[in-house]
Amino acid sequence: MSFITVRNLSKTFKVVKRDSGLKNAFKSLIKRKTTEIKAVNDISFDINEGEIVAYIGPNGAGKSTTIKMLTGILRPDSGEIIVDGFNPFNNRIKYVKNIGVVFGQKSQLWWDIPVEESFLLLKDIYKVSDEDYELRKEELVKLLNLKDILKTPVRQLSLGQRMRAEIAASLIHDPKILFLDEPTIGLDAISKVEVRKFIKEINKRKKVTIILTSHDMTDIEALTDRIIVIGHGKKLYDGRLQDIKKKFNKNKKVEILFKKISNIPDIKYTKIIEKKKNKILLDVNMEKNTISKVIRE
Amino acid sequence: MRAYYSYFKSELMVGLQYRTAALAGLSTQFFWGIILSFIYTAFYSHASLANFSINQLMCYVWLNQAFFSLVYPSLNDGQIMSQIKNGGVAYELCRPYDLYWWWYLKMLSKRYASCMLRCLPVLIFAVLLPVGYKLVAPVSIISLLLFIISLFLGTLVITGINMIIQSISFFTNEDKGIGSIFYTFMALLSGIAIPLPLLPDILNTINYLLPFRLISDLAYQTYSGSMVLSNVLISIFMQIIWIFILILIGKLIMKKVLTKASIQGG
Repeated sequence: MSFITVRNLSKTFKVVKRDSGLKNAFKSLIKRKTTEIKAVNDISFDINEGEIVAYIGPNGAGKSTTIKMLTGILRPDSGEIIVDGFNPFNNRIKYVKNIGVVFGQKSQLWWDIPVEESFLLLKDIYKVSDEDYELRKEELVKLLNLKDILKTPVRQLSLGQRMRAEIAASLIHDPKILFLDEPTIGLDAISKVEVRKFIKEINKRKKVTIILTSHDMTDIEALTDRIIVIGHGKKLYDGRLQDIKKKFNKNKKVEILFKKISNIPDIKYTKIIEKKKNKILLDVNMEKNTISKVIRE
Repeated sequence: MRAYYSYFKSELMVGLQYRTAALAGLSTQFFWGIILSFIYTAFYSHASLANFSINQLMCYVWLNQAFFSLVYPSLNDGQIMSQIKNGGVAYELCRPYDLYWWWYLKMLSKRYASCMLRCLPVLIFAVLLPVGYKLVAPVSIISLLLFIISLFLGTLVITGINMIIQSISFFTNEDKGIGSIFYTFMALLSGIAIPLPLLPDILNTINYLLPFRLISDLAYQTYSGSMVLSNVLISIFMQIIWIFILILIGKLIMKKVLTKASIQGG
């Protein structure tokens, strides 16, 4: 059996609907209209130990809901999750000792105490021994470049600094699995690169299984080959990133502008969509051709 | 246990960090203590209660000011409420602890941390006041001991009540509505607003079986000796029973909440 097994997972939310305006607000005092939204609908997948898997999909597709069920926060309506032999919701307290979680849009650090105090508090919460804590802290401080911000209260950190501290905080107890829900949201290019580098590093060093969600395709390309795509709560694709690229990126449209008006030659292997005086629009099959090859011809 | 202790420590440090807030709180306590002692002296100069002397009343007033942060009904734990509202509670659920006990001890440590910063100056001030206004010594060593025990148990009673309100607000996403209903009653029935011996007998008869008088009134009356010893002991026993009942109700609601409630946002 694989490390993480998810079978036929579903979760439905009730959402209160109200039309805008005062009149409708009064109406909804008496009677509420609710609609059911299938946030996650019959999803199954397996993940092996040490893998990095990106979980992607548009806003509201059900990514975070799945993560919340995998981390034991939400109870699934139906279906089964087994992670490392645990049922996350039913064995929550035992289970969460082995996982680290970062929600990019929320903060796990205590707002008004320095970063290091937060780490110490987490150390006690997870019952980490003093030696282990010192060792890990040193490593995380080095890898994530936290030295200058350890003594700063969290409220005074920049977003990039905070996110680095958040990621460090999720690893104080040396978890086997790390869940990252949009870890690079709102970060600038340099911070993103740093965070990515770090994620790769701990995956390689400690064989931490990583499940992340992100809207940033460069994040995903840099970190992983395996992606799971969901939309409207359903699984649409599970496989290698290259394969999906090949599948949907077969043809590219190429527009070529010519300086001189000349007779445009017919080009082999390519379909000509449009042909004007000095412009030509081509549909190039990327499996057989490359753009430079087409231009040469 | 270690985690709870470090949390208490960090809560204390946060309290120390906000010096102005502590100072403001302290001056409020002085102000109320002085005003109330004047008002009650004025009342007592015309009529007095046989079983509740002016000295006992002053003890009640000043102990209430000194330990106010331990026993006041509406603990504004904005942190927990905002965690519920913005979904930050998701992180709490990723930690290897029981959320009920974590919040319970969080509220308790908040009370003790803020009390530690405030009670001593008020007590010293109250002891130094002129006779008739001052805080006098407890009637006996035993009553001092029972005072400490019942005040501690009282903080467990109020925290149990706070947790019930907090758990319910997980459903309603708002604690102000339910809170203000509860807290108004509690301010009256616990003796925080007006010492219970000054309230009509009929109200006190009803109140006797409710948990609210066990929050602080019992402790203050034990200190000043306005409650007879046998009654004190019975009431301490009632405190223990109520603590269990309140925790049981709170835990049941919390369990229900966690299987049903959704985590807000993102």
